[in-house]
Amino acid sequence: MSTLTETQPKRMRSRGQAGDRVFAGLARGAGILILVVLAAVFVFLLVKGLPGFNASAATIGQGFTSFWDVGWPLLFGTILIAVLALIISVPFSIAIALFIAFYAPRRLAVPIGYIIDLLAAVPSIVFGLWGGQQLANSLRPVYSWLGTHASWFPLFKGPYAGTGRVGVTAVLVLAVMVLPITTAISREVFAQTPKLTQEAAIGLGATRWEVVKLSVFPHAKSGVIAGVMLGLGRALGETMAVVMVYSSSPRVTFNVISNSSPQTIASYIANNFAEANPDKRSMLIAAGLILFAVTFVVNFAARAAILRGERRMSR
Amino acid sequence: MSTASLPASSDWTRPSLPRYAPLYVAGLAIVVALLLKLLLGWDWAAAAIIAGILNLIALPVWSALTEGRRQAKDRLVTTLIWSAFVTICVPLVWVIVEVLGKGIPHLSWTFVTSTMRNHVPGPTGGIGAAIVGTLVITALATIIAVPIGLLAAIFLVEYGRGSRLARAVTFFVDVMTGIPSIVAGLFAAALFVLIFGPANQMGLTAGVALALLMLPTVIRSSEEMLRLVPDDLREASYALGVSKWRTILKVVVPTSIGGIVTGIMLAISRVIGETAPILVATGYLAGMNTNPFRQDQGMATLPTFIYDQYAHPDVASCALGQTCAPATWSMDRAWAAALVLIIIVMVLNLAGRIIGKIFAPKTGR
Repeated sequence: MSTLTETQPKRMRSRGQAGDRVFAGLARGAGILILVVLAAVFVFLLVKGLPGFNASAATIGQGFTSFWDVGWPLLFGTILIAVLALIISVPFSIAIALFIAFYAPRRLAVPIGYIIDLLAAVPSIVFGLWGGQQLANSLRPVYSWLGTHASWFPLFKGPYAGTGRVGVTAVLVLAVMVLPITTAISREVFAQTPKLTQEAAIGLGATRWEVVKLSVFPHAKSGVIAGVMLGLGRALGETMAVVMVYSSSPRVTFNVISNSSPQTIASYIANNFAEANPDKRSMLIAAGLILFAVTFVVNFAARAAILRGERRMSR
Repeated sequence: MSTASLPASSDWTRPSLPRYAPLYVAGLAIVVALLLKLLLGWDWAAAAIIAGILNLIALPVWSALTEGRRQAKDRLVTTLIWSAFVTICVPLVWVIVEVLGKGIPHLSWTFVTSTMRNHVPGPTGGIGAAIVGTLVITALATIIAVPIGLLAAIFLVEYGRGSRLARAVTFFVDVMTGIPSIVAGLFAAALFVLIFGPANQMGLTAGVALALLMLPTVIRSSEEMLRLVPDDLREASYALGVSKWRTILKVVVPTSIGGIVTGIMLAISRVIGETAPILVATGYLAGMNTNPFRQDQGMATLPTFIYDQYAHPDVASCALGQTCAPATWSMDRAWAAALVLIIIVMVLNLAGRIIGKIFAPKTGR
């Protein structure tokens, strides 16, 4: 390096080198900052939320005596609502992804992909407004039927709420909101499945469904599962769509068509944060920490699955 | 894969249904459902569901009787997938029709410019403060997220290729995409409470929360765009004796600027409709506040405006002791604000895509 210095104009070189060093440092710093920020999210929630785990009965209110009296039911409600939303949305997501990748007329496939992306762009507050007003209203007859004829089933035990603003309505709104995420990932995965085996299956006289079943699904399985997990992460953390559809309190129950549908962590935080004193706030942050931990694990697992799938594909 | 390359229904060794059989069956199912609706007085939803079920049963049965089991199964799955697509169009169309139908009648210049300060129950008041607040907070988020995101993307593409740090950053950026928006709000609130004390309601807090939600999108899209820049350009620049950082700033980034701007606009359109983080970090203010650094006052934004109208509707004045039903004024304002919000999001989305098309890197020459 030092021998080169003599042969080149001194000023230009040193300026360029200093600039290079500064810029490389900035870029690397930004990369490190991303990791620091993610760690900071965890640390700040921990620092502000830790006292909340020992919140007193007076702080929590609603007759609950300790944090976990609220924490467990909320965690239960969050997972129940999210999983129900996924049960509804996943078959549709896979069907739409298959539709775009294999079934739709070629000229329609691209615009349909755009339309599904459009669905993802609609703000959650608009979905909440629609769910709490229109959807809840139009589903009232369905709930009344379910409450009288299907009350043997734990989910529809009732008594059904006449407003229609209950857990199932939120589940349906969440299902619509999660759909674009799972669809987008599944679509990508379906598009990457090897063409040769598909053509071989066609050559052997397979029907279109047999092609999909025998040569697309086996390759796409891990990718689709990852997409489902990402959707789960979204459903677990969605706030407004749930807050605006039904209000409730933390309780463990499968009954999602009554006024006492279980509450989710996100909606509990959003409902209570504005009026909370600092003690209550730290209790709410503790609840947020649980939500963060759960979604982090789900997303981590999903991304790890995608990485594994990519490595296998490239091999 | 094109539809034409898949097995067609014409097969000379077996009997097969006519080419337009699915259309015939679908038409027949709709006609039957309409007749049932007229004769039995069902509503539209029930008739549509019956039509779907009839269609789902009739075609595979017909196919099973003439073509055989395998073809029938294939037809069943095809019908299922088409039905799924039609079903999913229902909520999308419903939301759009609802927002347009309820939003347009209340939209006016006074609505867009007036605020909810000193509001008395009634049809007056508007989203002036909310639009300003949304613009200020989103601008702050963009100012914070874009330089960091762009630099991180440059690090990933130009400096870190394959290094352990780069792989960790890529992975955790993906994980960050999944942070629930309300957790981002809680983080910003916790951070600012530690710095400024518990009374803080600064607009900047929400800006930080939104920046956190924007970062992953900005990084991923910029990274993809920077990777598209051909190495020839970099090497040509190095060969002329230009230093690496000047090459990046003068050659690599300008080449991919269209795609980077597209990514940024899509990221903005994603966070501009976020409600929960703003609710938690900054809170709602009825009046106008243009200063995001004021600790004692929150800011109005479009999403929190909609939520406030929805959660705390105007109550019509009525005699003492009577229960008063909430009037429709607040919902009118909420739908009109939702329409404005959706228009902003869609314009950002479209503009982003158009910019990306126009300034696409000119490769393959």
